[in-house]
Amino acid sequence: MKIKARSIARGKASGEVLMSKDPIGFLGGVDPATGLVMEKGHPLEGKSIVGKVLVFPNGKGSTVGSYVMLQLAKNKKAPAAIINVSAEPIIVVGAIISKIPMVDRTGQDIFEILKDGMKVEVDGDSGQITIF
Amino acid sequence: MKLTKEEQQMFNGEMGEAAQQSMEILVALGKIYGAEKMVEISSAQISGVSYKTIGQAGLEYLDDLARKGARVKIPTFLNPAGMDVEQWEEMRIPKDFAKKQLEVLDAYGKMGIMKTCTCTPYFIGIRPKKGEHVAWAESSAVAFCNSVLGARTNREGGPSALAGAICGVTPEYGLHKDENRVAKLLVTVKCELKTVADFGALGSYVGKMAKTNYPAFEGIKSNKEEHLKVLGASMAATGSVPLFFIKGVTPEWNIADDAQRIEITEKELKATRAEIDSKLKPNLVTIGCPHASLDEIGQIAEMVSKKKPTCEFWVCTARKTKEDAIKKGYEKPILAAGGRIVADTCMVVCPLEQMGYQITGTNSGKAAAYLPNLCKQRVAFGDAEDILYR
Repeated sequence: MKIKARSIARGKASGEVLMSKDPIGFLGGVDPATGLVMEKGHPLEGKSIVGKVLVFPNGKGSTVGSYVMLQLAKNKKAPAAIINVSAEPIIVVGAIISKIPMVDRTGQDIFEILKDGMKVEVDGDSGQITIF
Repeated sequence: MKLTKEEQQMFNGEMGEAAQQSMEILVALGKIYGAEKMVEISSAQISGVSYKTIGQAGLEYLDDLARKGARVKIPTFLNPAGMDVEQWEEMRIPKDFAKKQLEVLDAYGKMGIMKTCTCTPYFIGIRPKKGEHVAWAESSAVAFCNSVLGARTNREGGPSALAGAICGVTPEYGLHKDENRVAKLLVTVKCELKTVADFGALGSYVGKMAKTNYPAFEGIKSNKEEHLKVLGASMAATGSVPLFFIKGVTPEWNIADDAQRIEITEKELKATRAEIDSKLKPNLVTIGCPHASLDEIGQIAEMVSKKKPTCEFWVCTARKTKEDAIKKGYEKPILAAGGRIVADTCMVVCPLEQMGYQITGTNSGKAAAYLPNLCKQRVAFGDAEDILYR
């Protein structure tokens, strides 16, 4: 199954879906050394985003979050790809400088269609999500 | 988005990796905000300079970019850094912090960026003309640039302003377009505004009311840039106001027919001053948020040479303004009175909390808004003649 989305950051990658209905703030929210979510009370607290197709509504918090995403990439702890409901500058900049393929605006409720653990591919050039 | 041939070449990577990454950022932001094309910019101001705000993650990003050969195409300067690069040791800035801060500045320098760290570029000759497009990032400079100079900039983030500087363009949306430069809040000022702190308090109050709307003021008579910078800075801090109008003062005046209306009287002003001011005696008084003009430094020099302040004080400013102040003979009386002229940095972005201060005095609504959270300070708010002598 294929889902049409809007391309934001270029590149193609696949991985297992990890979803959060809450926004993610990378500065203080994700440990750049391990890729574990450390924000207290966050739905993903304690989970690893490493190599995942991370699905969440949008970014939040400090704009330094973009640079934390780059640190994750340099430490090989970044998500494989990002799907946002509605992209905002922190995640957009972070994805581009970290070379993480990213799309948004899927046009349908992405949280209904995808499930944690599903294997999907995100194509940031064509803006397409493929569910295997 | 429609790109020119040159923009497309950058996007395709024909002009190097740094330009490619930068153009990709600009195109993505243009998409999000509905821009149809890019617009050329004449200058850029980069935020994310203090090591205190960007940390190791930010430093690594800048190093990477510099290593990829990033070079700016247009005059580009910086927001204040975390310390005065010349007198950081005397100011008790921790050594490891200083080392990292200098690395940040070096990375910017390698990209061809002027290491001019100031939030008031308009006091050192960087004054885009009415209608000119720029990409500035520091919130008070953005407000001044749009409102007082009538030039055009969105409130950029550090990476988007840097991407703009590298490509020489920015996506055309928001405040770059006439139709968006419209006030939706009409503020009638019914009291007299006499001092800098009055403008700071007014800005703090209106910023909270305006949130993301642009206010238009009636009843403000001052056109002093020192007053307007504090008004704009304070509104940008308590709200996120990038543009305001003042009838008879600013070069533009556009107001929506259905604008919300509010009145400000002596009562609101007094209540705001009382709310911000802890009434405590400060350990340190900081003047110059946003960075002081040469005149402001002169006024402080005169004040403290007549009567010695009861606490340590800084006058924060751009390095060039400091040099001018030294030539004018303003530094000597300030030093003699236990103060110093601090360049490149300010009370908000330097590590005050690591330097032994707990209560900081300011006449700026912006500093008053940020000092508690960013520097763990209690705030003494008032005019210089009050807070310097408590």
